[in-house]
Amino acid sequence: MNTSKSISTPTKCYHCGESCEDNHLTVGEKEFCCQGCQLVYEVLSENNLCNYYDLENHPGESQKLKNGQSNRFDYLEDSDTQLKLLDFRNESESHITFYIPLIHCASCIWLLENLYQIHSGVVSSRVDFLKKKVQIKFQQEKISLKELVNLLSVIGYEPKINLSNLEEKKTKIIDKGLILRLAVAGFCFGNMMLFSIPEYFSEVQFLDKNFRDLFNYLNLALALPVVFYSASDYYRSAFNSLKQRRINMDVPIVLGIIALFFYSLWEVVGMNQAGYFDSLGGLLFFLLLGKLYQQKTFATLEFDRDYKSYFPIAVTKMIKNQEQVVPISKLEVGDVILVRDEELIPADSILLSDQASIDYSFVTGEEVPVTISKGSVIYAGGRQKGSPVLLTIQKSPSQGYLTDLWNHESFNTDKSQLLEPLSSRISGVFTWSVLAIAFASFLFWSFSDLSIAVKVFASVLIVACPCALAMSTPFTLGNTLRIFGKNKFYLKNASVVERMALVKTVVFDKTGTLTDPNHAKVTYQGIPLSEETKGLIKAMVSHSTHPLSNRINHWLGSITPISVVGIREIKGQGIELSYLGQEIRLGNAAFTGYSNCPTYTTGNLVFLTIQGVEIGYFHIESGLREGVKQLTSQLSEGYKLHVLSGDHAHEQATLTKQLGGNIEFNFNQSPKDKLSFLKKLNLTSQTLMIGDGLNDAGALQESTVGIAISDQVSHFSPASDAILDASSFQKIPAFLSFSKSSRNIIKASFLLSFLYNIVGISLAVNGLLSPVVCAILMPLSSISVVVFTTLATNMVAYRNGLLTQKTI
Amino acid sequence: MEVIFLLIGISLLLASTFLYLFFKAMKGGQFDDDYTPSVRILFENQTKKSNKNQSTKSNSNE
Repeated sequence: MNTSKSISTPTKCYHCGESCEDNHLTVGEKEFCCQGCQLVYEVLSENNLCNYYDLENHPGESQKLKNGQSNRFDYLEDSDTQLKLLDFRNESESHITFYIPLIHCASCIWLLENLYQIHSGVVSSRVDFLKKKVQIKFQQEKISLKELVNLLSVIGYEPKINLSNLEEKKTKIIDKGLILRLAVAGFCFGNMMLFSIPEYFSEVQFLDKNFRDLFNYLNLALALPVVFYSASDYYRSAFNSLKQRRINMDVPIVLGIIALFFYSLWEVVGMNQAGYFDSLGGLLFFLLLGKLYQQKTFATLEFDRDYKSYFPIAVTKMIKNQEQVVPISKLEVGDVILVRDEELIPADSILLSDQASIDYSFVTGEEVPVTISKGSVIYAGGRQKGSPVLLTIQKSPSQGYLTDLWNHESFNTDKSQLLEPLSSRISGVFTWSVLAIAFASFLFWSFSDLSIAVKVFASVLIVACPCALAMSTPFTLGNTLRIFGKNKFYLKNASVVERMALVKTVVFDKTGTLTDPNHAKVTYQGIPLSEETKGLIKAMVSHSTHPLSNRINHWLGSITPISVVGIREIKGQGIELSYLGQEIRLGNAAFTGYSNCPTYTTGNLVFLTIQGVEIGYFHIESGLREGVKQLTSQLSEGYKLHVLSGDHAHEQATLTKQLGGNIEFNFNQSPKDKLSFLKKLNLTSQTLMIGDGLNDAGALQESTVGIAISDQVSHFSPASDAILDASSFQKIPAFLSFSKSSRNIIKASFLLSFLYNIVGISLAVNGLLSPVVCAILMPLSSISVVVFTTLATNMVAYRNGLLTQKTI
Repeated sequence: MEVIFLLIGISLLLASTFLYLFFKAMKGGQFDDDYTPSVRILFENQTKKSNKNQSTKSNSNE
């Protein structure tokens, strides 16, 4: 093998752009990092689809870690499953929409829309890039659903199909109805303004009376769709809140709409005057615009993921030594199932095979696999690494150790109801005081002139429009969400910001949250390693994808691997290599034959033997995330801190030393313990829980605000109120203080809109309100509130270091 | 001046036509995906299973 050359000139894989390290493959002049990438290229070139590579450089995803199980899509032959997945089906054609997370560039769109060139059974396909979805129409006689998924998988675009796909389709984030209502409001508002122009300049009589009458009636006609169509959501919401004997922001809005409409109706029909229809149109137009803005800022991430999103749809069941793929819902206690390499354990079960190596990273955040021996319990959510194992189901998939959490009552409560938003508390006060002023001025005027009294009563209700009030919350919180999003902190909805502002206690999960698997501490004990041995170890660990191998690889640094052939990895055991007639083994104690094992209470050990001679071992512990110390000392000034951990208590001393003394530690916490711990804390204060694994799901749900931390936002994380990218972990104090400031900004903008209302109401009680004043005051107050909140949030964000450049 | 009555009628009719067209476009899904079409339009047209591949390949050194 011509090895030295390939190392000195690192080539990039033609398909995915990863550097081809050792034994790379070539087709013609093109080089590939792995079999998978080469296969994709071959399929594409056979079908004349090499345009794929012309649109972008290295458009593919690496196929190295691909799961090549040939029968893993067998469940798609089940007709029940098919019916649930398909959008449409008739005798000749079926339509299906797949979610493909790998869609990332123009080449992806091109290839997926040219699927019909690879297989004639595909009629057409259409990509929605932003949603990462593709809708495929295919003829089921020529290509079955399973073959279609297989085809996508072969070309590197494996769709993500999981249990939650099978249930009802998700509601859309942006509500189409809202846009239509806004369009109607905008249309009517614009035309009403035009027809009101003579009224604004009423001093100049440039149009005769006929025109004014016509314009007034046209305004009335245009107001009808606004009142009866555009505003319909507000009536519903106000009615619902009144039914619960509460006053939310929509109640004063509805009050204003009713007053505006009926008073204007009376003016136009009864008095031949203009009325305030243009203001009514403007009011709803601005309100709906604010609502749309708020919906647009919502993160497009999915938050309501439960265990069903992660568990496989089907499993391989053993019936009299015959493998059969069955949907997970048909699994019963006592069934024997076969779980292969990289497959998830669907339910709590007992191991029948001799040994399994289970990666619980979904559950605990720790990605180093745990070895489990025959007869022990394996919990759902683990992932088998290594050879296939047989299990017998102990509990049905919905009642396991973890999944039980989801049946807990805290998963059925809507957290946005936990805390009454600031705006609804203010709107109660607002509504009552406006009504009080209106009645008082009515009473005052009724002694002198009853008709003026009626007019004043109505104009107080009209001008005390909560428009500015109603807009300050969505715009402040919307902008806050946007700024959080820029810092890779994604909130489920706006109410989370308000809840975050009130947090007094912060609870951390330890493994995977405070500790970072990428910051592992590796120590080597034993006979010092020569450069040659190090080079060999480097070659061995580069060959494997096991997390411990990666850490040793990282620890070895820039040592040049010695190029060798014949490295063999036995999954769940270790790696072995024959070099110059010597057997080198790296792995667990049993595999290497290491007999005098040291006892460590934490971390993992990897042993090294050459020809059975014990050389030494690596002790690997996961280290703390970068900046944790700083973070905890910053937070301990304003918050009570707790750390929850599923591990044993002996780490406390080290952790206290590393994190500072102001933290309360709780060890040996099961997922349920974590949940009840948060429940207890909630009695005294608002809590913020930061966790990462499925085992924190209960605690995340129970806390006032639950933040899931994730190294890759689009990847796994448990259901939560917010998802935080691990790279922004140190910004948590800034996020907390920013959410507090946002709440203050809302308060300040309330004050501002109160000022406007005082001006308006004082004009109204004196009987001085005219359509022109109203037409100016209303938009002015709304726009200035929006400008104020946007500028203020940007400035606070800049001060907190969450925005890089000052926006004017 | 009476012509204004006619003009108002025409202008309202015109405006409502646009509103109707917007409704139709919205319901027809034209605003569902506002990114992919901008990429799609730049792709070369290819006739099914053609031997045009050779020429596209040589043309496309960016």
